[in-house]
Amino acid sequence: MSTYAAAKVVAAREIRVKLRDKTFLFSTAFFLLFSIAVTVLPAVFSGGPSSVAVADQATAARLQQADLEVRVVADDAAAEKLVRDGDVDAAVLAGPEVIALQDQPGSVVEALSTAPPVRILKPDAIDPFLAYIVPFALAFVFFFTSFLFGLQIAQSVTEEKQTRIVEILVASVPTRALLAGKVAALGLLAFVQVALIAVVTLIGARLAGLDRGVLHVLQPAIGWFVAFFLIGFVMLAALWAGVGALAARPEDLNGVSQPVQMAVMLPFFAVIFLGENDLAMRILSYVPFSAPIAMPTRIFNGDAAGWEPFLALAVMAVTAVVLLGVGARVYEGSLLRTNGKTSWATAWRSRTSG
Amino acid sequence: MLNVDSVSRSFGDRTVLKDVSFPVGSGKLTGFVGANGAGKTTTMRIILGVLAADSGEVTLDGKPLTREIRQRFGYMPEERGLYPKMTVQDQVVYLGRLHGLSNAAAAERTTKLLDRLGLGERAGEKLEKLSLGNQQRAQVAAALVHDPEVLVLDEPFSGLDPIAVETTAEVLRDRAAAGVPVLFSSHQLDLVERLCDDLVIIADGSIRAAGDRDALRSRHAQPRYHLVVDTDAGWLRDQPGVTLLDLDGRRAVFDLDAGFDDQKVLHAALERGPVRAFGPVVPSLTEIFREVVR
Repeated sequence: MSTYAAAKVVAAREIRVKLRDKTFLFSTAFFLLFSIAVTVLPAVFSGGPSSVAVADQATAARLQQADLEVRVVADDAAAEKLVRDGDVDAAVLAGPEVIALQDQPGSVVEALSTAPPVRILKPDAIDPFLAYIVPFALAFVFFFTSFLFGLQIAQSVTEEKQTRIVEILVASVPTRALLAGKVAALGLLAFVQVALIAVVTLIGARLAGLDRGVLHVLQPAIGWFVAFFLIGFVMLAALWAGVGALAARPEDLNGVSQPVQMAVMLPFFAVIFLGENDLAMRILSYVPFSAPIAMPTRIFNGDAAGWEPFLALAVMAVTAVVLLGVGARVYEGSLLRTNGKTSWATAWRSRTSG
Repeated sequence: MLNVDSVSRSFGDRTVLKDVSFPVGSGKLTGFVGANGAGKTTTMRIILGVLAADSGEVTLDGKPLTREIRQRFGYMPEERGLYPKMTVQDQVVYLGRLHGLSNAAAAERTTKLLDRLGLGERAGEKLEKLSLGNQQRAQVAAALVHDPEVLVLDEPFSGLDPIAVETTAEVLRDRAAAGVPVLFSSHQLDLVERLCDDLVIIADGSIRAAGDRDALRSRHAQPRYHLVVDTDAGWLRDQPGVTLLDLDGRRAVFDLDAGFDDQKVLHAALERGPVRAFGPVVPSLTEIFREVVR
């Protein structure tokens, strides 16, 4: 049997086991609820009666009858300022003309007997809530999914070591087939989970009535995120397997996986805390570990040129090849050392299988 | 025939195997005997390719072992293990598939084998729910599921109850009868003695004796006899050439000096009355082992 065929058999088992695993089912359900909440909440928050500013007394009375929250101001300039500051949803100016910052002020227009022209002041502006929550959500989803599934690769390796079945496995198939099967299985499951979250988020956004302008920037950001996630996950997967093999028991795992945990955790906090700093984000979007969060965020904010994600993906792909090699070597070097923890150096130098 | 040829291996500056050579004949049960740390497990791991040899090689029918050839081996490692949370059926099928069986073939073989090993009714249960003895049987099934062309078993009988020992021994004999070379190690020397066709004795990393069990025994046999008569056998003391080792009324064990005929002693006994038993004393494996390893 070829390494490829063996890896497929290994991957099929991993997937079957995970699909029956409660942790996996719960995390999937949790993330789906989370992504629905993120897209639906802004619509809920912006609900309630629309507020409108107006200078003309007669118009104000008519709007009040339509149950709108009306603020009477001195002149049209004051009304427009309130709209620009986000204090009111819309304003009715002389003419009459209706202005709004970004959303069509449907209820205001309906309240007026004539159908006045509507002017949207900033059609491309992003809802401040979305501008805040989207990068955070991307970071959060990447961090937790990558961490959870990575840790599961490590746990699955440690389990095989601890139960000693590993010796039978190694005697049956090439070590690389075992490694490839695990990485492929967990990578696929993580990818499916993230893709599912992406699709649900976009559908949720449509249902919640986000307007086209927002979807127009959200879609490419999420699309790129899924691609970055896949490469980003595979990049670390072999390292997770490697640390899983270094540990002899599940209790050792937390300690030996520290470096890999850092590689997932630090970029998460970096992007969260440096999100406002353009230069920092530019750098983070090319560092392979933080790129899966930073680059889609820049795309969402409209800061990234068209070629930039391709370059960042290429940098990540190269890093992934190197780290897969390192992870595989550590994995093979420590898999059969069942007496206690193995050090990185020992695993690197080790020559166990022929 | 599986042939281990001049295999040496050391870990750091500790030499574990020194120029180890022995054959495992096709169709034969070969017992691999040695004290703890003598090198049995290392030898078996090298045969399976789990460990590399520093020098020497292992061949099957003259061909050096490759991964493809080894994939048709069955192996039971010293340190047992299967997936605790998987059902017996699922994991035996899985291991069958890793050895290249199709899903259908693996399932069919698994069902047959588990029935044969008396585990048929437990097939759908998780391994961790089974008693230790039954987990051992599952382990035997895991080693046999793909109809291996060579079987290497490290302590297959440890932890088995007497019934499971018999079932397992029967399965191994079956495989041997089908022409498969079977090598197994055990500390239960009486069991090895009863089951094996051939023996390999290892001590401190080198082979001390290897070959046919009976030939080995007769090679180590002393000119020693036992006799059972109806009356007291004390007269043996005065029989020329006889050194009495043990006398218990009607039973006696004695050595005969070179140049004396055992049949003369038998005649002398018959002159004195009925003889219930007379014959050479063959050394037990335990005795040979002690002598060879010393």
